[in-house]
Amino acid sequence: MENNIPNRAAICQTLMEHAQTDPDIFVLCSDSRGSAGLAPFAEAFPQQFVELGIAEQDLVSVAAGLASCGKKVFAASPACFLSTRSYEQAKIDVAYSDTNVTLIGISGGVSYGALGMSHHSAQDIAAMAALPNMRVYLPSDRHQTKQLIEALLQDRKPAYVRVGRNPVADLYSAENTPFVLDQAVWLRGKGEKTHVALIACGETVQPACAAADLLAAEGIRASVLDMYCVKPLDRAAVLAAAQNAQAVVTVEEHSPFGGLGALVAQTVSAHCPRKVINRALPDAPVITGTSAEVFRYYGLDAAGIVQAAKEAIGCRTS
Amino acid sequence: MNAKELEILSWKLRQDVLDIIQAGGGGHIGGDMSLLNTLLVLYANHLRISPQTADDPDRDRFVLSKGHSMEAYYAVLCQMGFLDLADVKARFSQFGSPYIGHPNNRLPGIEMNSGSLGHGLPVCVGMALAGKRSGKPYRVYTVMGDGELAEGSVWEGAMAASHFGLDNLCAVVDRNGLQISGPTEQVMSHEPLADRFRSFGWHVLEIDGDRIPALDEAFSKAQSLREKPTVILAHTTKGYGSPLMENKADWHHHLPTAAEFEEIRADFAARKEAAERGE
Repeated sequence: MENNIPNRAAICQTLMEHAQTDPDIFVLCSDSRGSAGLAPFAEAFPQQFVELGIAEQDLVSVAAGLASCGKKVFAASPACFLSTRSYEQAKIDVAYSDTNVTLIGISGGVSYGALGMSHHSAQDIAAMAALPNMRVYLPSDRHQTKQLIEALLQDRKPAYVRVGRNPVADLYSAENTPFVLDQAVWLRGKGEKTHVALIACGETVQPACAAADLLAAEGIRASVLDMYCVKPLDRAAVLAAAQNAQAVVTVEEHSPFGGLGALVAQTVSAHCPRKVINRALPDAPVITGTSAEVFRYYGLDAAGIVQAAKEAIGCRTS
Repeated sequence: MNAKELEILSWKLRQDVLDIIQAGGGGHIGGDMSLLNTLLVLYANHLRISPQTADDPDRDRFVLSKGHSMEAYYAVLCQMGFLDLADVKARFSQFGSPYIGHPNNRLPGIEMNSGSLGHGLPVCVGMALAGKRSGKPYRVYTVMGDGELAEGSVWEGAMAASHFGLDNLCAVVDRNGLQISGPTEQVMSHEPLADRFRSFGWHVLEIDGDRIPALDEAFSKAQSLREKPTVILAHTTKGYGSPLMENKADWHHHLPTAAEFEEIRADFAARKEAAERGE
């Protein structure tokens, strides 16, 4: 369903709802309150907002220091900088010291489009997932984003959340957002024998669903898993989907190395061998374009996923 | 504790540091010795923390940013009752031990992990800011090495500390003038260091950091300074206490031979006896 509210705005709204009654919620930005959509929070809760300036290392260390003193900290910065410039702070001050910090990587993947490689974050899943004690989440729409943030407010463990810059169509609704933390959501084909299992995260879930519908029209049955919890990966769901399918296709807005596809392939190959095809961004600077153009170019759109699914199950493609 | 008691205790704790390094087969002995008096004075007379109040939300906070000086930190944490010295000596650096070569916050009394340089100050900015925003009276302390000041993240933290007016934050620079490759001023110069901190909006105290009364006075003074954070530039001697290792960069993490251990122990024992005689 069409929607004009980006996931980052859903984060702000959710945090503002809870900050009304919880003075320990703190939001930190690195000159990024506007791009993070967190300016309304900064205005409404100045005592719970901290501006660190353009200093991502400081952002994450200060977040950890606040968290060690009982604050529930959400540190938001463009994913491209947060997952690289402050990687060591994420490793030591957040993950290793086990502080209650949620790192929010905004405008992730190729959201910044024509701004180029410096602003793309196609490595953040691999980087963050490799840190012991760091969880990695890529919510697929604003409703799931809200549920995720509410769940993270309830625990005290480190997490990295990546959201895109632009609004994405709703997959769920205010009334119906099935959500259990660290469990993937079955969007198509739960418990059914299928030809192919499609496993996606973040902004690739929508095209995966569209691809499943296109495949169904051709008589090819596909399951779809919204694997917003990339780490800890919902292995039970992955194996259930793989078990019922001839092959698996993963789709992610990320490098081909160390992301969703790699994690799924590890699990499937060890426990339920199937052919696994990873659809991802290339191991190269990404072509200039909007997210939609880039997705289409690299086959991360519905048509590309249909093609990958057919290849995976050995269908001839036109 | 008074200065004489601390002086005597300092030489006892230096012996403990030697025992820990010898038992574990390694350590950062030079920086341990320049740091030890700072830690001792801080824990004995200024930090409001104890094993009984280790979880008190109003406790003072300490982060050892120069985390490699862990053996000195172990000696002080054991003296203050957070850890058991016999256990540390038995297991330091052994397989499966929690007593590793850098701060491990799974151990009692250790707030944050460190080991990579340039983290302590910005983490303490967060701690001090939490205290300010919550109206809590606690103070926050960190100790950095001087070689560590080449890390850009130190200055990001220094900038933020003065921006937020964190007068509840006190940083110490263990200014022993040496890092692993040689004199700091040759490796990457820091002078005029006091001016650099002042220009970042800090109160600056410069002291002889090997002298216990000077450290005691500086920590008291820092508590009275308002509106800005305070840095104590503690001019210390790397390898302090034994001529064998004083002011020698290659003693950064040199493991003494058996004969060297004996010589250093004898030097420390003599200094301890002198302290007991009040010299």
